[in-house]
Amino acid sequence: MKMVTAIIKPFKLDEVREALSAMDVQGITVTEVKGFGRQKGHTELYRGAEYVVDFLPKIKLEAAIKADQLDRVIEAIEKAAQTGKIGDGKIFVQDLEQVIRIRTGEVGPEAL
Amino acid sequence: MKKILASFMLLAMLCGLAAPSFAEEAIPAAATTTVAAPAADAPAAEAAPAPVPNKGDTTWMMLSTLLVILMIVPGLSLFYGGLVRAKNMLSVLSQVFGIFALISILWVIYGYSLAFGDGGSMNWMIGDTSKFFLAGLTGDSTAATFTDGVVIPEFTFVAFQLTFAAITTALIIGGFAERIKFGSVLAFSALWFTFAYLPIAHMVWAGGGYLFEKGALDFAGGTVVHINAGIAALVGAIVIGKRIGYGKEPMAPHNLPMTMIGASLLWVGWFGFNAGSNLEATGGAALAFLNTIVATAAAALSWMAAEKLLRGKASMLGIASGAVAGLVAVTPAAGLVGPMGAIVLGLVVSPACLWAVSTLKKSLGYDDSLDVFGIHAIGGIIGAIGTGIFVAPSLGGVGVKDYDMVSQVITQATGVGITIAWSAVVAFICFKLVDLVMGLRVKEEDEREGLDTSAHGERAYNL
Repeated sequence: MKMVTAIIKPFKLDEVREALSAMDVQGITVTEVKGFGRQKGHTELYRGAEYVVDFLPKIKLEAAIKADQLDRVIEAIEKAAQTGKIGDGKIFVQDLEQVIRIRTGEVGPEAL
Repeated sequence: MKKILASFMLLAMLCGLAAPSFAEEAIPAAATTTVAAPAADAPAAEAAPAPVPNKGDTTWMMLSTLLVILMIVPGLSLFYGGLVRAKNMLSVLSQVFGIFALISILWVIYGYSLAFGDGGSMNWMIGDTSKFFLAGLTGDSTAATFTDGVVIPEFTFVAFQLTFAAITTALIIGGFAERIKFGSVLAFSALWFTFAYLPIAHMVWAGGGYLFEKGALDFAGGTVVHINAGIAALVGAIVIGKRIGYGKEPMAPHNLPMTMIGASLLWVGWFGFNAGSNLEATGGAALAFLNTIVATAAAALSWMAAEKLLRGKASMLGIASGAVAGLVAVTPAAGLVGPMGAIVLGLVVSPACLWAVSTLKKSLGYDDSLDVFGIHAIGGIIGAIGTGIFVAPSLGGVGVKDYDMVSQVITQATGVGITIAWSAVVAFICFKLVDLVMGLRVKEEDEREGLDTSAHGERAYNL
């Protein structure tokens, strides 16, 4: 099993969700986050005060999937979240040791 | 805090009660005449019937009073509230609301009498105690307007002027928002209202007042309200010191849409402030009304343009700030200059205020949180001086008797100078006094936590 974490542009969330649910991904968890990458921040001006905003709002999306789904999931996220401009985000993949469904006590791929 | 309020009120009353001993020879002949009547020492024929208020004028003045209240309680509160950080939102709303309530009561107890009474030998500076607790006023009492023989109910005049005293005092809090104790704000407000607002209002607006008699023009309160409050705010910002993290941590406004709503309410309310200052529903009020639109619009445009040129982008906060600067500048001029003169005032005021809130503020290093000095004092000064220029009939103004531009500008500058000096000295003493007795600034941890929870025990947004 794999844990896929993607950082994407907020307005791309709907497209990514549609692409993932179309391919039998059973659930995702979404968090509003802030961060910086190569895109860096921007400057805001309030009357005389100038603030450099280093952290930009992004969406962090997490999905636990079966190992054999991995390539298709990555491709789907890549395709749905891409604008071609700087700041499109990143996808991180980790091995997932165990999954437990709390309601039934099922473990492993059955619980996904 | 109760102790200080009580002792100060006692002090104020004692000062007031001492005054009549200097003033005995000149107990006002016409106790109901509030605004100067030029022919006071040539009493009209005894048989002439007392003038009766016109229903239209009375209605207009009550409506104007409501509009100025609209400027304060929702308008100024939201304008200021949106500009602070979310953790201090309620502290700003509480301060404005609290000051409005406090000054309303002080005004009818002693403020009105001291501002608009006849102070006898002290009349150049202050009124008297004869109308403390509004003694002697009834529904039939009248106050004079700018037209001989035209009066309005005195209760209406009291209420209208009450709102001016309240908004002036409330404006000051923007200078030291996000770091002052709530009780200290109220104590300072009561002191400053008594020793700065009342004398300045008397000197500028009451018959026999020093600046009134000199011919200083201030239609709706450029000196009395805006310069007065702006200077006190600057003194406060300096005495109390900068906010923790000022210049290092981001202190961006937490809700600019609220600031926009507040600025809009200020603009709408300002029609009561400016056009209402005509005291009658006449052509003079109509001129002030129109000027309150066009000067504001011109100032919003010129702030927008200046920002675009200097910084590359025109901001909503800039447009709203420009509108307020324009309103400030046209305040002393409203019923005195022509619409084209008002537009020039608006065009000039915004770049000057933008310079003050960015360059000047940065180079002097004070933390005037919400730019009360940069917008109200600077805008007020431009308006006061500009009124002396654009009142000229050759420039479309309504003109004044024996007008001479140079001498009128000098008179205007005298008014500005006296207001700056008076307000600064009184504000400094009041701040120091309050600091000594109860402390001005909240504890460092309270400031970091935010005044909403630390001073008021509540949170603006529970999301």
